[in-house]
Amino acid sequence: MKRELPLTITAGIGLLMILSFFVPHQVIAVPADFIQASAIIVLAFSYFLGGANLLRVNIDGIYKREPGWIYKLVLVVSLVATVAIGFVEGKGFLDQGRISKWIYDNLYSPMQATMFALLAFFIASAAFRAFRIRTLEAGLLAAAALIVMMGRVPLGNVLTDWLFGLRWLPFPGVPHDLHLSTIQEWIMDVPQNAAKRAILIGAALGVMATGLRVILGIERSYLSGED
Amino acid sequence: MSLHPTHDAGIWVGALLSLCIFSFLYKDNPFYKFAEHLFVGVSAGYFIALRFWTVIVPNLWEPLLKATAGQGVDAAHHGMFAAEQGDYRGWLILPGLLGLLLFTRFVGRLSWVSRWSLALIIGVYAGLKTTGFAQGDFVAQVQASLQPLWVRGHPWEGVNAIIFTVGLLTSLLFFYYSREHKGTLGAVSRVGILFLMVSFGAGYGYTVMSRVSLLIGRFQYLLDDWLGLR
Amino acid sequence: MSWTQTLEKLDRRWIFLVLALLVMGPLLFPLALPLSPSPPVHGFVQAIDKIPDGSTVLMSCDYDPASKPELVPMTRTALRQLWGKHCRIVVTVLWDGGPGLVDNVLREVAAEYPGGKTYGVDYVNLGYKEGREDVMVLMGKGIANAFPRDYRGNDTRSLPLMANVRDYSSFPLLVNISAGYPGTKEWVQQVQGRYHLPMVSGCTAVSAPEYYPYLQSGQLLGLLGGMAGAAEYEKARGEKGAATRGMDAQSMAHVLVAVMIVLGNVVQRSRRQAEGA
Repeated sequence: MKRELPLTITAGIGLLMILSFFVPHQVIAVPADFIQASAIIVLAFSYFLGGANLLRVNIDGIYKREPGWIYKLVLVVSLVATVAIGFVEGKGFLDQGRISKWIYDNLYSPMQATMFALLAFFIASAAFRAFRIRTLEAGLLAAAALIVMMGRVPLGNVLTDWLFGLRWLPFPGVPHDLHLSTIQEWIMDVPQNAAKRAILIGAALGVMATGLRVILGIERSYLSGED
Repeated sequence: MSLHPTHDAGIWVGALLSLCIFSFLYKDNPFYKFAEHLFVGVSAGYFIALRFWTVIVPNLWEPLLKATAGQGVDAAHHGMFAAEQGDYRGWLILPGLLGLLLFTRFVGRLSWVSRWSLALIIGVYAGLKTTGFAQGDFVAQVQASLQPLWVRGHPWEGVNAIIFTVGLLTSLLFFYYSREHKGTLGAVSRVGILFLMVSFGAGYGYTVMSRVSLLIGRFQYLLDDWLGLR
Repeated sequence: MSWTQTLEKLDRRWIFLVLALLVMGPLLFPLALPLSPSPPVHGFVQAIDKIPDGSTVLMSCDYDPASKPELVPMTRTALRQLWGKHCRIVVTVLWDGGPGLVDNVLREVAAEYPGGKTYGVDYVNLGYKEGREDVMVLMGKGIANAFPRDYRGNDTRSLPLMANVRDYSSFPLLVNISAGYPGTKEWVQQVQGRYHLPMVSGCTAVSAPEYYPYLQSGQLLGLLGGMAGAAEYEKARGEKGAATRGMDAQSMAHVLVAVMIVLGNVVQRSRRQAEGA
């Protein structure tokens, strides 16, 4: 019940999902569709679990007056208020004119966007402090990065406007200019593409192997190691 | 250029919270901590309310309620368990129960019961990912890699195809770890590393572009929407 | 102390300040640098141009406010291109942070047309659904089965547009605007691969290099990468939106990062030479 049943469930459902890719018949398609619809519902419940856990941990911190408990209070109050308002407002709770929509537009949205915008500053500072070119490979990485960065913006073309074109080359298909954007496009289409495809194929083999290991019960880490 | 600050109180709130978060760039401070915790609380609350109204109610509660009256999507079929594809009626009790069983994680001695719910999710995604990667990332990509290496009248395409194929094969061989990278394999995988470095460099360039775009978006919000600088 | 020693000890907050000024400057005083659409962008435009006028198209906007500057401009331009062909649009959102933002964009663009675009007839926003690639596969058996209610809480099956929409076979094209997972990769694997639905993608710049193999293999008919891709798309469509306005600032920021990489290595080399001496 504790280990064998979950492993059997995983194996059975995993194999059904794989089979449903190949067999369109109702005998396979309908149970597979039902299980996929069920997974969505179970996943949604997991967020309630996560919210409950978040409340538990932070209320505990407030009760014990841990350092920064005032901020935990802000977290708990904002969580409870947002949930309560969302529940009360009903089905179209994100429709125009609702308080939930106001919270989304003026609290969630700007703060989420700004959190990610901080990364731009850190990437600029890391470029100065951490990007070290000590080997051929690092040099190649840096060269590709610089060409792609400058080739992808209009300034790159403006800076390389003075380079003469390759119009004298009689081969069809050869790019007729040496703008950074043209070189950048070639890098993305040929060498970058080749390496990315190799990574894609390698990763696909890895995922297929891991998926089969999970389905066959060889990989059991999701059972969290208890009993 | 003149200043036309907005009269929308919501945008003022959003702008001031954005500045609280930006203050972290100077150093960690109470304004940032307040905004950070407010963000976590609002996000968590919003995600819960969202899943309640977009999944629990329309995909579970409403069909179950209709099923108790013997109704479903297809009005011609009657019966609580008279299910068909896309209309599962009373059978939805099963995922509902599995969802509730997740909460046994809070009860020490019963926490193993939640594994049944996890097993459903793991089984579905393991199966979908296996076939998805096999079809989309393996078969289709290998198929697309089989291209002519010489096209009459288009030598530049031929050169590119040769470079592409060399890059693909050497990069793939770099990831072959069952043999030590010595001799021919060592030389070949070294070429593969060079292609991989070009790819990582291109990725770095695009990452810089992406992060800077996010900052540009924030400044557009602050300068245009908030301050109305025109 | 030499200039390299000064730079070595430079407080990173000075770099933050320079970046902020270089980004703000062109936003306030535009440079109007010229843009030129690249082949993947042309592919995106042509794929939409080729679908019959009046078709019903599936558009999945899988992003949240963090990716707004890159993806909202391309969403707007794609909506205008589709509505320019009198297409009807079914919109889904597979990122939980996205539904409110996507609804704002839909309403803004719909309001640009005389008389507006009618909700439920010209477009439907099915909103968010949990499940990621599971939802994609579920939609393959019936769009309304996966989304029994739309974003506004209406019964999906009661909407006039949805009367002729059954599953993926009802659409000639999928337009996917995505910020990561779930997104283009999952749509290619689960929908393009399984149901052979032609698709185009607009994505964040950080994801774009990963999708070039899909473009080359034909699994994607077109690709817009990041704000630059959005700006090129606007140029190709004769528009001058937020992405175009942002490209000057993008250029200046890229110059700064390039200078930082070079300067950082010059300083490092100089320090090593001094230590060696």
